[in-house]
Amino acid sequence: MLLQALAFYVFATVTVASAAMVVVSRNPVYSVLFLILAFFNAAALFVLIGAEFIAMILVIVYVGAVAVLFLFVVMMLDINLTEIREGFLKYLPVGAAIGVVLLAEILLGLGVLGGGSVTIAGLDKAGAQVLAVDNTRAIGRVLYTQYFYLFQVAGIVLLVAMIGAIVLTLRSRPGVRRQKISDQLYRPKDQAVTVVKVPTRGGV
Amino acid sequence: MYADLIQFFTTNWLGQAIVILAQCLAVTVPLLVAVAYMTYVDRKVWASIQLRRGPNVVGPFGLLQPFADGLKLVLKETIVPSSANGVLFIVAPMITFMTALVAWAVVPFDDGWVIADINVGILYLFAISSLGVYGIIIAGWASNSKYAFLGALRSAAQMVSYEVSIGFVLVTVMLCVGSLNLSEVVLAQSGWFWSWFWLPLLPMFVIFFVSALAETNRTPFDLPMSEAELVAGFHTEYSAMTFGLFFLGEYANMILLSAMGAVLFLGGWMSPVPYAPFTLVPGVVWFALKIAFLLFVFSWTKGTLPRYRYDQLMRLGWKVFLPVSLGWLVLTAAVLQFGGWVPKH
Repeated sequence: MLLQALAFYVFATVTVASAAMVVVSRNPVYSVLFLILAFFNAAALFVLIGAEFIAMILVIVYVGAVAVLFLFVVMMLDINLTEIREGFLKYLPVGAAIGVVLLAEILLGLGVLGGGSVTIAGLDKAGAQVLAVDNTRAIGRVLYTQYFYLFQVAGIVLLVAMIGAIVLTLRSRPGVRRQKISDQLYRPKDQAVTVVKVPTRGGV
Repeated sequence: MYADLIQFFTTNWLGQAIVILAQCLAVTVPLLVAVAYMTYVDRKVWASIQLRRGPNVVGPFGLLQPFADGLKLVLKETIVPSSANGVLFIVAPMITFMTALVAWAVVPFDDGWVIADINVGILYLFAISSLGVYGIIIAGWASNSKYAFLGALRSAAQMVSYEVSIGFVLVTVMLCVGSLNLSEVVLAQSGWFWSWFWLPLLPMFVIFFVSALAETNRTPFDLPMSEAELVAGFHTEYSAMTFGLFFLGEYANMILLSAMGAVLFLGGWMSPVPYAPFTLVPGVVWFALKIAFLLFVFSWTKGTLPRYRYDQLMRLGWKVFLPVSLGWLVLTAAVLQFGGWVPKH
């Protein structure tokens, strides 16, 4: 128990501190790296409460794929640091407002401000039902039965977004000579290679 | 006395911490020795392929060569380029090395021989192996050198691309096992060596192995460090032990992916013949032999194949492996469902 409490405080502190550093650090590359650290510690917190599936998906999707692309883009961009500094105070009220809204939503959802749909007791009850199986299986059982249509809709939204991104960036440039891989691969063997039998210890 | 000791190590938090540390050491030390000798075996295999002798001066048969190399790297000066980003430049090789080591926590060496027998073992391995790209991309950026940066970008794009097909391969194996626990993956393959997953899932095994080559930046996919164009790729600016950590991390990663291959497709600690003289051999020996076999294929490919062109590499990842692995995943699911082979749990 002591180790768990210690682990919780370490991960929680690092999560909050690195989330703060994402906003305040001067270099955007550092911001992304702190974001990755925050994701990672959030995953560790999920592990501590026993939600190992969500923790691993968080690391695979956000740290392993999304943040890599963030880092990619941020490293390639030529970002003017002083310009970003100037915008900080301008965007502060908007950012703070969004933060307050998100916090209020979490509190409402948990029923802290009264009348919430999800209560701690309800969560415990739901937890008791799924405790018999590990949580990967538990998620699968509700995701592919009760929430199947929502799951499919989420997939379609992502597909549409993907097609949209491709449509926006795809352009056909005239005069580009493309390599036809199939032509290259179907070149007959006698045109491509010569086989030389080298006697052992004889050299070529 | 013994009861006291057992109680101390199983219930007291200090005792538990000591046990966990000891387990970590018991995995890490043999792993580092394996990494050292993997560099030696690699060079010997290439030497044989090229009709040379390979390292044979330091110690009998050159067996002390890896330690001589290691000692040399430790004693040399670590040079940080003046325009490099100091902290990240030093941290990057550590990340590479560390991610290659922490993944071993879930690898089952024998029945019950695993540090953390977690229920999402496959996902953990996948998550950690997708982190390896950070060491490389941070190294390329922090070096503040165009060759290092180009190498890092190539490497990042390559690793992200091939992770997709590795992911589908893992999902296919998960479907056949019905669990994400690596020990259960091995147990699901019990029987003769043809009941291991390499045969029923042969195309996926091939895709996994080729993707593993790409994931570890090995020939024929070693474009991130192709000497002809990029000097040494992302580790151009690295010297001494910072370079050494990249080198060790790369080899530890190779061994890790071979271990993944052995667990997922070659029956982990299972003996190839489920009868007496073979089953008496400890499982960890079989596991080591299977890893050694896959590592030999790694060296063999490096000694034999030329390097891919970059567009060919991307084409193979996205236009060949992705559709094939996705199609095979759907096929496997259909066969399991309609053949009545869905694993019961």
